[in-house]
Amino acid sequence: MFPYLRLGPFLLQMPLLALFIGFWIGNTFVEREAVRLGLNKEKINNLIGYGLFGGIFGARLVYAAQYASVYLANPLGLFSLNTSTLSPIGGFLIGIAAAAAYGYRHKLPFRKTLDALTPGFAFFMIMIGVSHLLSGNAYGAPTRVPWAVYLWSDYRQPTQLYEIFFALMIFTIILPRMIPANAPGLRFVQFIALSAVARVFIEAFRGDSVLWLDGYRAAQVMGLLVLIICIVLLRQWEGTEQYESNTQ
Amino acid sequence: MMNNARFITWMTWALILGMFWAVLSRVPPDQPQAQQGALAKEGFTAPDFTLDLLDGGTITLSELRGKAVLVNFWTSWCPPCRLEMPAIEKTYRSYKDIGFVVIGLNLTAQDSEQAAADFAKEIGLTFPIALDRDNAIGNLYRVNALPTSYFIDRNGVIRSIVVGGPMNEALLQSRVEELLREGE
Repeated sequence: MFPYLRLGPFLLQMPLLALFIGFWIGNTFVEREAVRLGLNKEKINNLIGYGLFGGIFGARLVYAAQYASVYLANPLGLFSLNTSTLSPIGGFLIGIAAAAAYGYRHKLPFRKTLDALTPGFAFFMIMIGVSHLLSGNAYGAPTRVPWAVYLWSDYRQPTQLYEIFFALMIFTIILPRMIPANAPGLRFVQFIALSAVARVFIEAFRGDSVLWLDGYRAAQVMGLLVLIICIVLLRQWEGTEQYESNTQ
Repeated sequence: MMNNARFITWMTWALILGMFWAVLSRVPPDQPQAQQGALAKEGFTAPDFTLDLLDGGTITLSELRGKAVLVNFWTSWCPPCRLEMPAIEKTYRSYKDIGFVVIGLNLTAQDSEQAAADFAKEIGLTFPIALDRDNAIGNLYRVNALPTSYFIDRNGVIRSIVVGGPMNEALLQSRVEELLREGE
């Protein structure tokens, strides 16, 4: 765990740095894949930019909407650099909406664009694990297994390491296209399906799970629902327009 | 090499096994999911302390159960600490009547009582200023940057930590409203 690095009067948040590196390197994978799929690299970069900035603004706006009276009285608070006043779900949804609006307006092929983004997402997932390792968040349940790590005053499952391991596995499957995908969009769905399986598995070892319905772990329930949607999409999209053999 | 049909079959098996796994790894209702020990981390009970106050008397964190608490670690020589104090004071005055308490926890081992008192007087702080004379509470709360703020709910559980500053009024008030709403 290494959450902060002090640089003179500045405090560098290492988990955020890991995410930034993940975004930066992931973007290079996306550019390479976009070129390979015959997509306009600049437009894909713009789409990512719209998604990112839409996500950040959306996250702040949704957070502010939850405390409307506070922000109406202190409107400058909207421009704070503090990351703790962001709504992750709001940012995610608005970021996707902003990227989708850009893609629609510039006539980017939906499923092919998703395929181009997939290696970037896969790399970013590794860095999310690294970010959790640095911050000590997403920690495991107390355990006495020989490979337990001492964290937060107890021996715990090293769930951050599991996360990194599975994300690396998925990345090494997705990047060299080890599973053939003969139709646009399939590679993206394969990535989401593998990530959902990993989440369902790892979540069981977490010590900070959100619980739903009689003790079921929310992330596992969501992961299983996502997996069902992926199986349906894999079946439906397989029979539609085909990739040429050199882009599979 | 695996083809798409085989991948779908594998994913279908993963789905079935995943359902069993989710049932198997369910947390029984009688097993508390809340973290048991006291630790300076979100989701854990805030470590208890008793400290002398600048104005005399003492304050004990655990005696504030039932109230939303902000523990703000500060020193008088730390510029962001000084900058955020007026916003903390304003927030305290706005919400103190509905169950909000601030403990301005001065790291006196790195400061001085006189400097802390002068600063509190200069800003007109009305919330309790606790004196951590041997840095014991700073170490207990793993404070490695100033200011650091812990937002603690009515049950004594740390809900969020803000490292660095200055915090603005919007951040402070939204966090306090969140804490107060949880207890409703």
